[in-house]
Amino acid sequence: MKSSVKKILSSAVLGLSLLAAGGAQAADPFKIGFVYVGPVGDHGWSYQHDQGRLAVEKHFGDKVETTFVESVPEGADAERVIRNLAKAGNKLIFTTSFGYMNPTLKVAKTFKKVKFEHATGYKTAKNAGNYLSKTFEGRYVAGFVAAKMTKTNKIGYIASFPIPEVIRDINTVQLALQKYNPKAELKIIWVNSWFDPGKEADAANAMMDQGVDVILQHTDSPAAMQAAERRGIYAVGQASDMSSFGPKAHLMSVVDDWSALYIRKTQEVMDGNWKPENYWGGMAEKDIIIPAFTNMPAEIVKEAEQLVADITSGAFFPFTGPIKNQKGEIMVKAGEKMPLNNLKSINWYVEGVPSTIPK
Amino acid sequence: MFLKLQPRGGASATMSYLSPLLAGVLTLLTGGIFFAALGHNPIHALSVFLIAPVSDVYGIAELCVKATPIMLCAIGLALTFKAQVWNIGAEGQLLMGGLAASAVALQLLDVETALALPLVLFSGMLGGAAWAVLAAWLRNRFNANEILTTIMFNYIALYLLLYFVHGSLKDPQGYGFPQSALFADSALLPILIEDTRLHIGILFALFAVVAAWTFLSRSFLGFQIKVLGLDSNAAKLSGFKHKRLVILVMLISGALAGLAGAGEVTGPIGQLIPSISPGYGYAAIIVAFLGRLHPVGIFFASLLMALIYMGGELAQIELKMPLAVTSLFQGMLLFYLLACDVLINFKIKLAGSNTQVENV
Repeated sequence: MKSSVKKILSSAVLGLSLLAAGGAQAADPFKIGFVYVGPVGDHGWSYQHDQGRLAVEKHFGDKVETTFVESVPEGADAERVIRNLAKAGNKLIFTTSFGYMNPTLKVAKTFKKVKFEHATGYKTAKNAGNYLSKTFEGRYVAGFVAAKMTKTNKIGYIASFPIPEVIRDINTVQLALQKYNPKAELKIIWVNSWFDPGKEADAANAMMDQGVDVILQHTDSPAAMQAAERRGIYAVGQASDMSSFGPKAHLMSVVDDWSALYIRKTQEVMDGNWKPENYWGGMAEKDIIIPAFTNMPAEIVKEAEQLVADITSGAFFPFTGPIKNQKGEIMVKAGEKMPLNNLKSINWYVEGVPSTIPK
Repeated sequence: MFLKLQPRGGASATMSYLSPLLAGVLTLLTGGIFFAALGHNPIHALSVFLIAPVSDVYGIAELCVKATPIMLCAIGLALTFKAQVWNIGAEGQLLMGGLAASAVALQLLDVETALALPLVLFSGMLGGAAWAVLAAWLRNRFNANEILTTIMFNYIALYLLLYFVHGSLKDPQGYGFPQSALFADSALLPILIEDTRLHIGILFALFAVVAAWTFLSRSFLGFQIKVLGLDSNAAKLSGFKHKRLVILVMLISGALAGLAGAGEVTGPIGQLIPSISPGYGYAAIIVAFLGRLHPVGIFFASLLMALIYMGGELAQIELKMPLAVTSLFQGMLLFYLLACDVLINFKIKLAGSNTQVENV
């Protein structure tokens, strides 16, 4: 008995030191690590990244082995977790929240043979790329649907933090409202969190008390969808397909689908032709999908599907001028498309958004 | 057959040493059974949790990095708890310390001076102390319950930090993302061991442990604090200045928490970000009681707390356990440790038996 205990202990220690040495044998699977900011069960952001991880496992089978660490705080802890994943022999590591950017780059400096992919940031290194999805394309369609479905002309928007991604998406919704229902007005509530079901539900209820009858969200829990279902109004899901949380309330969901990207990146690293890039994919790349339009008349579905087709083919780009800022100054000239780099760092609202960006 | 607790009529010296041991054994046993039920080799799982995180120099360094802010906060909290001042606001004081330190560090981006770091750290202590003294003043002046005010101040501190990190302290070259510029090297804590993140903050924490110990057991002020906690009327009769003591303990506690916050932004993080603390100020409350409000106890309790955090991360990586399982194990350990302390003052009896309570 005692010797078997010893054996297990020593094999555990040996195993750990082997992993630490990164000594992978030929038959070993290709190891991929994932760092999530929320729990995999958030049914939003982290859940979708985990779906991407599962798609990689399904695609490559025994050839890969994946590991994830969930609810990793975006502070001093992130660097240790990323480093431990690298030490454990992972050759490709996805860090899936903005706050992991500097920790990722610090670890990338030490582990030069490991490839890193960071979501939503802007820094790159020789062995670290970043990626992002064009949520604004889906959000434009959500703005169109909201414009058509509202009766009170009050659209609610639950926002997380005033960063470019969120400001961009508020702008794209406003552009859609201007075009399809100029009378509709946006009501924005900042909850200062990506995932806080309590606060998100409070925000939804407060907006419904003010007469809002379509709720959009740039936060990750289905709480707002559930609140809308209870009070008999409409809502648009975010990050994952939230239709099951509001059978009568759900109009559509702007879904992040990371499967194609994660499979491609894994293949590239396995084949040895991975390069760091600033990747930004949308509907054309199948990174942003809208699984279904529900609870709306057939003609609106038809129009919405046409819009999706036009954005996918590139026939229509939501940020096409003329676009003015809140002071009425022309920011994008008529007929011109806003350059992607300007979109990436956008920090102003388009004309018509009835509030200011919180400081 | 039912069990009941019977007062011992005094603390048992043997049990005060045995109870942590008993808790350890119970944790290992339940944890082992639990991991086995989940299909893991229990001994391997426990070693990943408790040994693997500190199996190399980097791991030990990380243990200290993680324990430093908890230790600093808990030492300060223990001081206030001893005086029956219930400071629940270490989190807010830590955040204010981090914010103040960052504000100063960002003014010194291009200044290469040896004075930069002391100045930054001192601002952090000042920020934390000011936040704590505010609550002490409210208690002294308006009799406001410090449990409530310090909790509320935690939220205010968090939103103040968010206000600045989204506003005036934001990196102008940061594409609008909520984080400050990276601090200059002169404002960063020196690293003790190369290729690790072990910074001199741990020395501050160790100094705080020794200083708090000496202060409580050797100084007259420390004696006054203990008397105040044990019997405030006796303290009053002896002519101790009650309100001044409240201010003093809160000042020290806030300054230590502020230093913890300053140590995080100038240490492992290196810039101001929205989430500089994953709840160190709250963890410190558990650690303070786990260490029985004694500086040396707190030293070990913070290391243990840091270890089980790191073990939880490794268990996810090595054993592919979900976070819920690792958190459950952490909760179990803390539960046993605190629950076994009951045996210091009580003994277990069968409900039927009628033994007399021993005389006090």
